[in-house]
Amino acid sequence: MIYSLLVLSSPFSGHSSRRAAQFAHCVTARGHTIHRVFFLDAGTLASAANSVSAQDEESPVTGWAELADQHGIELAICITSALKHGMLDQVEADRHERASPTIDAAFTVSGLGQLVDAYASSDRLITFGG
Amino acid sequence: MTAATKKTVLLVLRHSPYGSGLAKAALDAALASAAFDQSVDLLFMGDAVLQLQPDQDSHPLGMKTIGRQLASLPLYDINHVYVDAQAAARYNMDLSKAPLQTRPLGGHDMHQLMVGYDHLLGF
Repeated sequence: MIYSLLVLSSPFSGHSSRRAAQFAHCVTARGHTIHRVFFLDAGTLASAANSVSAQDEESPVTGWAELADQHGIELAICITSALKHGMLDQVEADRHERASPTIDAAFTVSGLGQLVDAYASSDRLITFGG
Repeated sequence: MTAATKKTVLLVLRHSPYGSGLAKAALDAALASAAFDQSVDLLFMGDAVLQLQPDQDSHPLGMKTIGRQLASLPLYDINHVYVDAQAAARYNMDLSKAPLQTRPLGGHDMHQLMVGYDHLLGF
């Protein structure tokens, strides 16, 4: 079965974002496909490359980056939400004259059309953090 | 975008208009869905019925007024808007003055509504 995920909440508030990453790991382990993970609103903070976690806590980026590395899962962050939350790739950092990008390389800045494509192309779309 | 097929989608809104970014995120998702020719309907549940308050002015909050943006949805062919009747009653809402024309539903009818869609997106 083809799944897509919509992640709405910040990884720094509650557990929905981490749950979503765990869910994606389980889905792929069972032989299903994740078409895309789309991050919207505060969900885009999952891409924060410069976030520093406590020593005994895993960085929120790690779980997602593993999914992208191991399974080639596309991690798309909504550009409007991303800019609002200070999550910039190199192109946006240049465009808005910021010193450096702030997102992890596993994530792609994308438009809301990719959310529509995600559910239009998937059997299931699961929302986390709404 | 290379959307495989046209899907029917229900956006289920459950949060108040200005307590978080979710109401705006839902609006953006609704507009994007309509722009890409998907069939999208809305259901306001629980605290989200407050998004339908008439005469909202969120200017002092430094945020755009959700009600005014909701009023524009019919321009994008989003015409089926449902409301949790019990929640509307709890907040003593006068839905005849809401920025959108809505249809109130009881619990059983909301369930019946939800099972009829390809996808539910929860905001």
